[in-house]
Amino acid sequence: MVTLVSRAGIWLVLLLLSIMASVAAHDTAFAIQAATVAVACLVGLIFAIRSPDYQRVSRGLAAPTGDASKYDDDVIRWGVIATVFWGVAGFLVGVVIAFQLAYPQINLEPWFNFGRMRPLHTSAVIFAFGGNALIATSFYVVQRTCRARLAFPGLARFVFWGYQLFIVLAATGYLLGVTQGKEYAEPEWYVDLWLTVVWVSYLVVYGGTIIKRSEPHIYVANWFYLSFIITVAMLHLVNNLTIPVSFLGSQSISWFAGVQGALVQWWYGHNAVGFFLTAGFLGMMYYFVPKQAQRPVYSYRLSIIHFWALIFLYIWAGPHHLHYTALPDWAQTLGMVFSVMLWMPSWGGMINGLMTLNGAWDKLRTDPVLRMFVMSLAFYGMSTFEGPMMSVKSVNSLSHYTNWTIGHVHSGALGWNGMVTFGAIYYLTPRLWNRTQLYSLRMVNWHFWTATIGIVFYAASMWVAGITQGLMWREYGADGYLLNSFADVLPAIHPMYVLRGLGGVLYLSGAFFMVVNVWKTIAGSPLRAEAPLYNIEQNKANDVPLVAQPAE
Amino acid sequence: MNETETYQALRQFADSWGLLAMTISFVVLCAWPFRPGGRKNSDEAATMIFEEDDHVRT
Repeated sequence: MVTLVSRAGIWLVLLLLSIMASVAAHDTAFAIQAATVAVACLVGLIFAIRSPDYQRVSRGLAAPTGDASKYDDDVIRWGVIATVFWGVAGFLVGVVIAFQLAYPQINLEPWFNFGRMRPLHTSAVIFAFGGNALIATSFYVVQRTCRARLAFPGLARFVFWGYQLFIVLAATGYLLGVTQGKEYAEPEWYVDLWLTVVWVSYLVVYGGTIIKRSEPHIYVANWFYLSFIITVAMLHLVNNLTIPVSFLGSQSISWFAGVQGALVQWWYGHNAVGFFLTAGFLGMMYYFVPKQAQRPVYSYRLSIIHFWALIFLYIWAGPHHLHYTALPDWAQTLGMVFSVMLWMPSWGGMINGLMTLNGAWDKLRTDPVLRMFVMSLAFYGMSTFEGPMMSVKSVNSLSHYTNWTIGHVHSGALGWNGMVTFGAIYYLTPRLWNRTQLYSLRMVNWHFWTATIGIVFYAASMWVAGITQGLMWREYGADGYLLNSFADVLPAIHPMYVLRGLGGVLYLSGAFFMVVNVWKTIAGSPLRAEAPLYNIEQNKANDVPLVAQPAE
Repeated sequence: MNETETYQALRQFADSWGLLAMTISFVVLCAWPFRPGGRKNSDEAATMIFEEDDHVRT
């Protein structure tokens, strides 16, 4: 009863504080953000009052703790649903902004113009879709590979809901014009502080579970997940060192200025790619690909070598975002050299994943989920070849600031991160909701093909558009003047913008197949009548943590 | 120390002992799974995720 009252009391205090912050705010945007927090507190308060079992409370019994003989999968179930939801939302905004570039009339001032929608798209797909997928799969993988339940179950729930609040605050902030103008680090100081609290809690839950593990060895997937969590914490803290202009206002001034600021930003930005979108998703790959292929990873030693190589090399590659700027030349060259060296560990990971199928390639004919994973590894290999190539200064002088970069990013994000996440969701959904298999494996196949063809449209059109831009921008006439203005280039690449939009529509429609499939699986509807495809039988009885048994 | 001296000191450390320490730790970490008996540990680690499915070829 005491905990019940104090819990409700804390929610009430937070609710009142956020209402006061909203009233006393320095600007409208901060007032709206504080009101959003107040709504979240109100929801928390209602749940704190309504959810306890008052029959038990009145008899002085403690709240029931989870079944210790089963894994703690609640947060993972929520995470799968959140991943699907934010994925569709992020892809949808992506399609809208693609057509905003092709048809500028769709820019609806001021809230829905490209400048505000673009960070909404990038944050929704990277942090909301990718982040939820990483949190959910990491909690799943760490429990299974440690044969232990999640440490600090209450904190794990806080991580999930706290992260959703971070997403909502960031997303609504962008539309209101709240931004610190740093790519992939747009949220302002108060949202950054909140994310820090959530992220440290994430580290505590994850690290705590590893510490209480029943398996002696820490499986390599956990190495990747842990490096992702620790490094993202470090990047986030340094790049967001800012001084708020006012206590209850939505603006801040960066600690760093000029080229130092640019270097810190791209040290952050490129390592966000390296540790959020690469190391974290490699953790996913090292668990789900072997499990779906039902074969151990090709070379466990290779996985360890390329892990350390990735850790030691990635952190230096950031300056390649600042070629031909005020950054000292040696720093640019350093960034380029380390980017080229990164090709090796990246391909180490790709080869290790693909070769896991060695001797089992026939499974690709019958297993559409495995097909997802293999296509994702193929795109990982392609984009990690393309990236080092684009970081070479002479190539970068053609590609930088053009749509080639956008195409490169999307072959990595849609191909590698998207496909591996879809595969993981298709792996997890029947297991988490205790179904024999997905509602429809054929539908996974439709998703696979629409997504793949969508990426091909996207990447190919952006290559053509990017090289067109690069060549037109550098074209000189006989008298030594540049031939084309910026506006001259736009009509030339308009058809490519339309084709890119079409690619996005295809990718989004693939995600709708996933929504139907996941929805029907969770709802437990009868399997779709279709010619059967390969499905892995799961031994449910063994999917349990190791619990100490009393001696006989 | 003024700013230039601080920069020089940090730069010198990074170019010498810092670089050496990074290189040695990298080489040791990469060589670790190749120590005697490392193969057995690696094989065990690679197959332990299949303990729950008894029908997998390992």
